[in-house]
Amino acid sequence: MSDSYYQKKDLQDFPNIGEFAPEAGKKFFDYYGAATSGGALTEREKALIALAVATTQHCPYCIDAYTNACLSLGVSDEEMMEAVHVGAAMVAGITLVHSTQMRRIIKQKEM
Amino acid sequence: MNIAEQLELLSRTVDGDRFKDRLHACDLYPLRAGGVNVLQMNITRRCNLACKHCHVNASAGRTEIMDRKTMDSCIAAVKRHRVPTVDITGGAPEMHHDLEYLLKSLCSPDRRVMVRSNLVILKEEPWKKYLDIYARLGVEVVASLPDYHAVRTDRVRGTNVFSRSLEILRELNRRGYGQPQSGLILNLVHNPAGAYLPGSQQALEAEYRRHLRDEYGIVFNKLFSLINAPINRYLEYLWRSDNLDQYMQTLQCAFNPAAAKHVMCRNTLSVGWDGYLYDCDFNQQLGLRVNHSAPYHVADFHLDRLMNREIMVHEHCYACCAGSGSSCQGTLE
Repeated sequence: MSDSYYQKKDLQDFPNIGEFAPEAGKKFFDYYGAATSGGALTEREKALIALAVATTQHCPYCIDAYTNACLSLGVSDEEMMEAVHVGAAMVAGITLVHSTQMRRIIKQKEM
Repeated sequence: MNIAEQLELLSRTVDGDRFKDRLHACDLYPLRAGGVNVLQMNITRRCNLACKHCHVNASAGRTEIMDRKTMDSCIAAVKRHRVPTVDITGGAPEMHHDLEYLLKSLCSPDRRVMVRSNLVILKEEPWKKYLDIYARLGVEVVASLPDYHAVRTDRVRGTNVFSRSLEILRELNRRGYGQPQSGLILNLVHNPAGAYLPGSQQALEAEYRRHLRDEYGIVFNKLFSLINAPINRYLEYLWRSDNLDQYMQTLQCAFNPAAAKHVMCRNTLSVGWDGYLYDCDFNQQLGLRVNHSAPYHVADFHLDRLMNREIMVHEHCYACCAGSGSSCQGTLE
């Protein structure tokens, strides 16, 4: 057995995550399929959103899956990188906006 | 890599999960043809390009070319057995000195005749004339354009091939190709520019249509989205770049029994430059002739014995049965 928690081939196990809880698993996959397939947004736009989320959440499986999905759907390298920057900017903004509490406390506590 | 090495490498890579066994598991083995609706003629392996995804290993240095006698046997078989569709491929079919003769012999209102063109050959003398010949005879043009991004197409096909392809697409549009009600069909072919599978044909077609229309004023009829078969130059790329294992695993995971049931070899017959018969162009490049006592040369073409033949399969066949399936005319419907 490998010593690594993350193994590339584990991505192939994704369809089996409903094991031991098939009812919840089915509900998840129904939802996952509905949420990620084309609707008011195209499949391509949703793949880019998923890629941005995958990078911000540091999920190697999702990064692999959605980089491939974006390539398959004809998304350019530049478009993918821009989506990652949106994710990065959001994470930076989310971090910085929490300085509000910090700044409020500082102002409360300092003489 | 020679053919034996390729077959051995593919067998080793699928790691015991043989395509044949997958067919067995869904009651499709032995896979049998159901007719010969399409005769695909590979008339030359010569080409002015040497694309990285080419399963034919075509290039300017190839010399294989169909002789007139073999061509006449093909024409006779098509006419005698009323084969409704003829798909002419290569290499670059335009580089065959008898292409005009072949087209004039085959084109008729009750037969669909298509030529697979790399487009850029039509910019050069003496092959420019085919722009008008195709339009005059109503030949369906199936044009290779691996991607609507210039950088990706050029990476696969060579510097400036994308921009030169656009010039020819405009010439075809000017002659009525791809235009509504003209009757002149222009279909494009998408191939992934790397070690991944194509996405949905419908989604890709919408993107191709939008980019080509908005940025370049080009129109076309349909997009055929093809999975690259792990054969010849593309197999060597996968192997060299250390992508082969994952590519084959992706194909194996995406195996779809419904696609296998409707795979193109069940209604197609492929003939090589030397007249030998194959179940498809991929088998042709791997030297896997029709077998199981079906006649294996076009000179012995016998429809009754070919139409129910057992199809030769190997591990590269995973490429036609992944996801929605893949054929020379795109996703299986």
